[in-house]
Amino acid sequence: MTKRKPAEVSMQILFLLCGLVAVAFVLLITAYLIAAGLPAIRQVGLASFLFGRTWDSTNETDPRFGILPLILTSVYGAAGAIVVGVPIGLLTAIFLAKAAPPRLAGLLRPAVSLLAGIPSVVYGLVGMCVLVPALRAWLNLPAGDSLLAAILVLAVMILPSVIDLSAAALEAVPKEYEEASLALGATEPETWFRVSVPAAKSGIAAAVALGIGRAIGEAMAILMVAGNVANMPSLLRSVRFLTTGIAIEMNYAAPGSLQRQALFSIGLVLFLFIMLINILLSLTVKRGKEV
Amino acid sequence: MPDKTILSAKDLDFFYGPAQALRHITANIPANQVTAFIGPSGCGKSTFLRTINRMNDLIPIARVTGSLTFHGRDIYAPGVDVTALRRQIGMVFQKPNPFPMSVYDNVAYGPRTHGTCDRAKLDAIVEDSLRAAAIWDEVKDRLKKSALSLSGGQQQRVCIARALAVRPEVLLMDEATSALDPISTAKIEDLILELRERFTIIMVTHNMQQAARISDKTAFFLMGELIEYTATERLFSMPRDKRTEDYITGRFG
Ligand SMILES: Nc1ncnc2c1ncn2[C@@H]1O[C@H](COP(=O)(O)OP(=O)(O)OP(=O)(O)O)[C@@H](O)[C@H]1O
Ligand SMILES: [Mg+2]
Repeated sequence: MTKRKPAEVSMQILFLLCGLVAVAFVLLITAYLIAAGLPAIRQVGLASFLFGRTWDSTNETDPRFGILPLILTSVYGAAGAIVVGVPIGLLTAIFLAKAAPPRLAGLLRPAVSLLAGIPSVVYGLVGMCVLVPALRAWLNLPAGDSLLAAILVLAVMILPSVIDLSAAALEAVPKEYEEASLALGATEPETWFRVSVPAAKSGIAAAVALGIGRAIGEAMAILMVAGNVANMPSLLRSVRFLTTGIAIEMNYAAPGSLQRQALFSIGLVLFLFIMLINILLSLTVKRGKEV
Repeated sequence: MPDKTILSAKDLDFFYGPAQALRHITANIPANQVTAFIGPSGCGKSTFLRTINRMNDLIPIARVTGSLTFHGRDIYAPGVDVTALRRQIGMVFQKPNPFPMSVYDNVAYGPRTHGTCDRAKLDAIVEDSLRAAAIWDEVKDRLKKSALSLSGGQQQRVCIARALAVRPEVLLMDEATSALDPISTAKIEDLILELRERFTIIMVTHNMQQAARISDKTAFFLMGELIEYTATERLFSMPRDKRTEDYITGRFG
């Protein structure tokens, strides 16, 4: 056995340290969220916190801390964004990876990646100035700020990463599969949908997972278009998300108040939510890989 | 008995961009026989095979001139339905390439794509095809398992079954046994001899014993030209052309 060089050993230690620091931060945040989030839940009661239908944290005589409207809004919002965004994103990815002439794809792919880097406040701004007035006019609403507006903005926001990841997954499908399908007399579109997409499904699932994560976690863009009233969610009404619920009130919630503690509890719920989604999706991705 | 010609090439030229890969190929390929293409690497065997089912259409720079007819109809005439052509002329590739799906779904892929969804019909097609490809007994208990879990030889026979499931008339095999062990190769050779009754088989091989063992006619290609094309026995026992002789006796690069 050869003795390991000191340089090698010190690199190893450096990597280990970096890893430990990263893990430590995650654990610290988790611990902090739990510590900060539990008191309000204990005071309000878990059931009436999670399933209470009224959020009225600033009422001086009878404050209510029910976050069901926020939870449902976040779930519906993310689900809506996926329902709208994923089909469009997937079709675009198929176009870019398979159908588009190489030169056009070479132009569009970087453009799509660029879209992924646009700050969310810009999406919110465009939503606020263009989408919201348009919705109000088309649907004859008193105000365009609504769950629908938020869903559309979220759908557009998740598009770039859905397209990028799905297209990469589709490009990685071995050519042999597609040749085999074509040689059996399948048309190209048949081949894309029946062979390429199934073969790329774990990559596409990862793209969807990333989209869901982004949609659940987004605050700024939807803050600007959702109206932010803590109604039970309904497509054309003003709604408040878990994320925007925190963002709106944090500024003026008095330190140590129940209101402030409840906001941390919302943060904890959001955190658990995202953990749960990630675990579920990594399980499906793994299962998909085994087939 | 005169051979019935199923495929006929006349003055066929093939270009990859400026590079000519086939030169003036003229040959009649008989129905219900095994025709072998031999020749050194890069001489155009695969290219010729893939012009027959128009797989070369996928290569943007590819260009064909001359005529190539299937049952007397020009394969490259405008308006030819390429998917229908490929249904009639199936292909098995050098590297086994089953889809990452179950054995059943692999074999059912073609019929399903072409509109068969009746479960009982599909079951029958899958079983028939797997039997015809001499793999039924090995996979009948694992039809729902991923085809990728099979051995290479089994995978290749599943690929043959998949090609047979769309009921082609011609089966093109491009070095279909070159990635396989001798036992799997022997199984597929036996299979080819059986399939000859119902299909026309055109195979590319680098294995001269294989060509001699199972083909009825053999074509020798060299640098894009068809040098000699005749009954296999004849080509191997008394080649007419010096270059053929050099090649089959191994005196050649
Ligand atoms: N896609 C392509 N683009 C450009 N040239 C190609 C392409 N495919 C093959 N060629 C060229 O055409 C010629 C014939 O190739 P082909 O694959 O038909 O040979 P082959 O006889 O099948 O060889 P092998 O025995 O190695 O498979 C070669 O010179 C090759 O470099
Ligand atoms: Mg070849």
